[in-house]
Amino acid sequence: MKDRGEVMVFPAGAALLLVAAYPVVLVFWFSLCRKNPIFGVSEFIGLANYQHLFAEPRFWNALKNTVYFTGVSVTLEMILGLSVALLLNRVFRGRGMMRAIILVPWAIPTVVSARMWEWMYNTDFGVLNYLLGTQVNWLGDPFWAMNAAIFMDVWKTTPFVVLLLTAGLQVIPRELYAAARIDGAGGWATFWRVTLPLLLPTILVVLLFRTLDAFRIFDAIYVLTGGGPANTTETLSIYAYKSLFQTLQFGYGSALAVVVFVCVGLISVLYIRLLSGQARR
Amino acid sequence: MKKTAFYLVLIGLAVFCLGPLFWQFLTSLKPDAEITRLPPLWPHHLTFVHYVAVFAGRPFLRIIFNSALVAMLTTGFALAIGSLAAFALARLPVVGKAFILGAVLSISMFPPIATVSPLYVIIRTLGLRDTPWALAFTYTTFSLPLTVWILTRFFRSVPRELFHAARVDGCSPFQTFVRVFVPLAAPGLFATAILVFIYSWNEFLFALTFTSTTRSRTIPVEIALFPGLHEMPWGDIAAASIIVTLPLVVLVFAFQRRIVEGLTAGSIKG
Repeated sequence: MKDRGEVMVFPAGAALLLVAAYPVVLVFWFSLCRKNPIFGVSEFIGLANYQHLFAEPRFWNALKNTVYFTGVSVTLEMILGLSVALLLNRVFRGRGMMRAIILVPWAIPTVVSARMWEWMYNTDFGVLNYLLGTQVNWLGDPFWAMNAAIFMDVWKTTPFVVLLLTAGLQVIPRELYAAARIDGAGGWATFWRVTLPLLLPTILVVLLFRTLDAFRIFDAIYVLTGGGPANTTETLSIYAYKSLFQTLQFGYGSALAVVVFVCVGLISVLYIRLLSGQARR
Repeated sequence: MKKTAFYLVLIGLAVFCLGPLFWQFLTSLKPDAEITRLPPLWPHHLTFVHYVAVFAGRPFLRIIFNSALVAMLTTGFALAIGSLAAFALARLPVVGKAFILGAVLSISMFPPIATVSPLYVIIRTLGLRDTPWALAFTYTTFSLPLTVWILTRFFRSVPRELFHAARVDGCSPFQTFVRVFVPLAAPGLFATAILVFIYSWNEFLFALTFTSTTRSRTIPVEIALFPGLHEMPWGDIAAASIIVTLPLVVLVFAFQRRIVEGLTAGSIKG
């Protein structure tokens, strides 16, 4: 029997090549052009877009915002997610119910969640100011706006972290905990010596997913603040989108998109190195 | 005592997760006069005017239809071509199998912003702008990595002996796939379908770029662009949010086990 699988892989492979890989090649080409698709302008200008970009404070501001958003939100999500996962890692009544509840923020459309939080953050009628007894203009204040966006992201994505970490915890053999107890290890020691090392591969995978997702953040902040006030919440993806489709600088916007692509690539290579180092040990 | 503390933390967690949605639900039921007044938190008069307003004078039903159409096309396409590829990768010889799986995985990491401008140009050139097809093709492609990864795992868990038995009985590889593997991997297919459906129901960046009128506009775009002439129509936005989130909440409560299975198969154990 000479069975071959190539024919069956072909439709999926063709779709991925045409709709995912080919556009990435094109975006690199666009980034070397002055381009406006509406007026049909397209002219090769070499690296001029990149020169312009690296000389521009708005680019560095967007990069700084993206890094700040990614660093703070992913750190909070991992700490909170790990705590909740450890808490839920036992048998209790209503566990399925609890899992469903935790899935709700994950399943809500990002745009809807941005609208929900925009309403709760409202200065005059928002429930947040009412409950806290404050009068903060959460989304209008340069300091609070980015942190408000981060808090919203923590609410929306910690559940995902919890679910994946819980799954990772369940793979750890129960006997190891029993053995640790017999050896006289307390809760803390068990966590540091047994749980954490064995959970590390899962933690790294979750970190990879979350870091990549956070670094390319677009819809949540775009709908919540639009990048304002005064570009204090403008991330690289938002800046790229505005350049592409609002000011119609297709070449320049594509150069920004390439920067996001390259950063995401570097982040994944870094994590995958860490992961394969883990696997070898 | 310890047990009480545990359940208190659980309740706190549930309030944290559901609170914002519940507040949006309350807002959607309040008359305008009560929306712009705090306290009280709890509405005195319940009203459905916002739910009526969402549909009256707005093409909201059409928007929901567009979203449902795109999500169903995407789920159908992604499962059809994704499961076929996954079956071949799990059970048949394919040149460069490890490379293909690696390439599929790296495509799942592509930031959408990096492909949106070329895809926009391609879609314009093909005359597909503002059609459901533009979104269905794009979503299908970007849900293929997840689909292929999850289903390859599921097909690998079907015993190899069944594959050989079916082949000896005279089934072609394709018949083996349809008659043996698809029924046995039905739970996996179902889990994948839910994830793909939720992805395309919720996606925003491509939808914002490739649609321009109610002809193809989907729910996230409509809610993001929900216009207020002078003030934000908070009650209407809340009502619209509840309407489009309800199907997802039902899905989550009905199929939480499957969803978690799919999510973990797609990421952890790979």
